[in-house]
Amino acid sequence: MTLLEMKGIHKSFGDLEVLKGVDLTVEKGHVVSVIGPSGGGKSTLLRCATLLETVDAGSIAYSGEYAVTMESGRAVYASPAALKSVRRRFGLVFQNFNLFPHWSVLRNVMDAPVSVLKLPKAEARDRAMGFLEKMGLADKAGAYPCQLSGGQQQRVSIARALAMDPEILFFDEPTSALDPELTVEVLRVIRSLAEEHMTMVVVTHEMSFAAKVSDHVAFMDGGVVVESGPAAQVISAPTQERTRKFLEGFNQL
Amino acid sequence: MSLTTMLATMLPGVGRTCLLFFLTAVLSLILGIFVMFLRQSRIKPVAAVTKIYISVMRGTPLMLQLLVWYFGPFYLFGWSIRGYRFTAILLGFVFNYAAYFAEIYRSGMGSVPVGQNEAAQVLGYSKGQAFIKIILPQVVKRILPAVTNEVITLVKDTSLAFALAYQDVFSLAKQISASQTSFMPFLIAGIFYYIMNYAVAFAMDRCEKALSYYTI
Repeated sequence: MTLLEMKGIHKSFGDLEVLKGVDLTVEKGHVVSVIGPSGGGKSTLLRCATLLETVDAGSIAYSGEYAVTMESGRAVYASPAALKSVRRRFGLVFQNFNLFPHWSVLRNVMDAPVSVLKLPKAEARDRAMGFLEKMGLADKAGAYPCQLSGGQQQRVSIARALAMDPEILFFDEPTSALDPELTVEVLRVIRSLAEEHMTMVVVTHEMSFAAKVSDHVAFMDGGVVVESGPAAQVISAPTQERTRKFLEGFNQL
Repeated sequence: MSLTTMLATMLPGVGRTCLLFFLTAVLSLILGIFVMFLRQSRIKPVAAVTKIYISVMRGTPLMLQLLVWYFGPFYLFGWSIRGYRFTAILLGFVFNYAAYFAEIYRSGMGSVPVGQNEAAQVLGYSKGQAFIKIILPQVVKRILPAVTNEVITLVKDTSLAFALAYQDVFSLAKQISASQTSFMPFLIAGIFYYIMNYAVAFAMDRCEKALSYYTI
């Protein structure tokens, strides 16, 4: 079953064309890693998928529900009500967490289920505590984000996203703001989600993580997907020269 | 004139100064929110006009503005309005201070990272919910010190109402000082303004402390 289908995505910022016709398909239960050099369009692709940026051309559908379609050569977005329903299908974990600093950890995780999904408070609290426990942060429920390490903050933000019960979870370089030790603790959480068959799209610079955890890897550069396929194949035996060069750079370190 | 008589004569002025201060503070803090939104309106002419309004309010003396509010209707339109004095003073103060508050609000809004709005959007909060629940509380925390400054200035600026013969503490102090050839009324007025500002600073400090449970 296809949870996300992006086709022919084009996006420019002024004169700079950042995405030049990108396709991305994500099947239920799969983990897709998007790798590639900075400025290659990975994050922009994720921001288009999560409706934080509007595309110039292309279509985006979540489980067949269209957010954007092409009509006579132009990208047309669905109605605000339809987009609202599409937004319920995905979650996003940001590079710099973006937790709400004025709320406790617990409120960060349980407020959107109460305010947006209209869940009863007690139920939302129980669920939030469940997710925090899963993240190993139950004892931090009453703390404020500023009292947590970066790794803990990122795990709270994963709990916050999971609490909305998304079908698909996006990660935008989730460990780029973390030191190696904290990186491991966040990657471990993502890996455990993968083991539970959570559908995820991860933009990352962690090659060994991408190789071990993802089913599928897409290598992006210059606004296009240069190569994509099974993780083992793309990372250990890339067919494209550009991919090979990029991965060699990593191995030379 | 004994000190007690002097104090008793100045007391009604204290009431008038406080009245002008509280009305101006409340009304301009609220009007400032609207001015801020107009200033950032997507409709270009609205934003442009608001920008000019702020520029004029900040670029000309408040005392001059008070005179324009009071005498303007007569000189410009030939209207003479009975009992207009206090209204004119209040209009002058509120429109002047709203311009300053609008700019403080704008700087506060600009200092909240865009990521906060993006996180709210992805989680499905409506724009209104995101503003009220997530952005506004953070804006308030950021702008409190600047607002405190402005409110303290307002306490002292109320004395400019003497230009329209408003019988506030400052006006009465001047009159009594002249008639009694005494320095004492100025001293009393000075102590009054100082105590009032001390109270303002104390209250605002309490607010800042109440919001210091988190850092941004």
